[in-house]
Amino acid sequence: MDKWENNKAWFLVMPVCAFVAFSAIIPLMTVVNYSVQDIIGPGAHVFVGTDWFNKVLHDYRLHDALWRQFLFSGLVLLIEMPLGILIALAMPKRGWGVPFSLVTLALPLLIPWNTIGTIWFIFTRPDIGLFGSAINSLGVAFDHTRRPLDAWATLVLMEAWHWTPLVALLAYAGLRAIPEVYYQAAKIDGASPWATFYYIQLPKMRGVLTIALLLRFMDSFLIYAEPFVLTGGGPGNATTFLSIYVVKLALGQFDLGPAAAISLIYFLIVLLLSFIFYQVLQRVGKGEKA
Amino acid sequence: MKGKKKTIALIIYFGLLFLPIYWMINMSLRTNADILASFALFPIDLTFANYIKIFTDASWYSGYINSMIYVSINTLISLATALPAAYAFSRYQFMGDKHLFFWLLTNRMAPAAVFALPFFQLYSALHLIDTHIAVALAHCLFNIPLAVWILEGFMSGIPREIDETAFIDGYSFPRFFITIFIPLIRAGVGVTAFFCFMFSWVELLLARTLTVTDAKPIVATMTRTISATGLDYGLLAAAGVLTIVPGALVIWFVRNYMAKGFALGRV
Repeated sequence: MDKWENNKAWFLVMPVCAFVAFSAIIPLMTVVNYSVQDIIGPGAHVFVGTDWFNKVLHDYRLHDALWRQFLFSGLVLLIEMPLGILIALAMPKRGWGVPFSLVTLALPLLIPWNTIGTIWFIFTRPDIGLFGSAINSLGVAFDHTRRPLDAWATLVLMEAWHWTPLVALLAYAGLRAIPEVYYQAAKIDGASPWATFYYIQLPKMRGVLTIALLLRFMDSFLIYAEPFVLTGGGPGNATTFLSIYVVKLALGQFDLGPAAAISLIYFLIVLLLSFIFYQVLQRVGKGEKA
Repeated sequence: MKGKKKTIALIIYFGLLFLPIYWMINMSLRTNADILASFALFPIDLTFANYIKIFTDASWYSGYINSMIYVSINTLISLATALPAAYAFSRYQFMGDKHLFFWLLTNRMAPAAVFALPFFQLYSALHLIDTHIAVALAHCLFNIPLAVWILEGFMSGIPREIDETAFIDGYSFPRFFITIFIPLIRAGVGVTAFFCFMFSWVELLLARTLTVTDAKPIVATMTRTISATGLDYGLLAAAGVLTIVPGALVIWFVRNYMAKGFALGRV
């Protein structure tokens, strides 16, 4: 299906470009500016070239934050993607259960991110939280404000609780788009549920799962509000992810140069990884189709 | 038998989904002293004091109004600009269309933390700090690309014969677009509005950076309470519960559109 060729379509895209350019290009150029200058005072700045980049690339705190970020995103994706698909498979296909499931799943997604942090802060406190005190009464010491491992467990659990529904919703949408004929054919062939899943459902869900994976990777990599509220990056620096580190540098200590340099590196990493994910998934999908 | 197991697993999962929310509601109905004094699975001395405080204290309830205002503005801007753009992407081939589409999406990937400070300076220079429009514009950064992405999917599902027929019948483009095309994809518009509302409503960092008092959103008001010494858990929980309410209402209203949109297999 070839699209109509018409460069006048640019007029339709113009408003979007204007808005996004205003809120993306101007600020981004400001960041680029900062990353190559040393701001001494209002109106006083010196061009420093790549000094900031050199400095931050050798900054062990940045390395630590980066590894933490990768570990966090990896863990979260490993939990959320399979769990989300399982939930989507278990969801009802017709009847009142459909709107009920959809509304229930959508609920955590519409809670403001810092409220999510607040909910889990209260829920997992060892003294007043249901989760914290339940774990403690089992004889396991649990305190996410003091023990790094507990803080991590809490954050990963919270992130899985918060975002698995999104994966489930998208996977469910993908499942609903599969025509009934496919299932009938599978039945006639005597395909096992696993074979039906692997050869029909999974390939058909490729598109939505790509979106889900990309969205989940991006958002878990950019996470800020929830750990900010729940752990504040602590205990120590155990949960200081990249966003938290950048904001601490830029707004907390006003180290604009290094913060800008890190920001650009950060942005490039997200871009690069998203691009790779996208390409790989497209390729894998094409192989399966043939 | 197998279906039953699935349903039970699903119900357990939904139960786990509700548990943390229930716990916050539980906390919001107790006084702070009560919370700290004893552990209870459900509120024994039921009190609405926390909610009353929020509804009578302007520094609290104005936060909700501010949030509602900028979220609405943002959803309107996002939809109004994304609709024609998504049409262009789904129907026409033009110079640089693929690059433009990818560039738009990259903005969805930009860390908000990266933009916080430049935004602050940009809007300071324009004297827009602490206005609703500033936050609404800032949130366009990630909502417009998303809206274009979702709408394009819905529009590509509409056969182009419809456009052709309408143009042969002598419809002008704006008239065709508004009276015929948009009603055809109203499920898509509903889903898009839902996502725009959601992402603008839940965002904290930019909203907090760009406001001081007049347009301060509720999410920022809440962080203020957290950093204060002598945390009032009851009040915090009540404020949290109230931030969930608008989202729950929106889901309730778009649930049919959502079911329809999901049936189309496009999100």
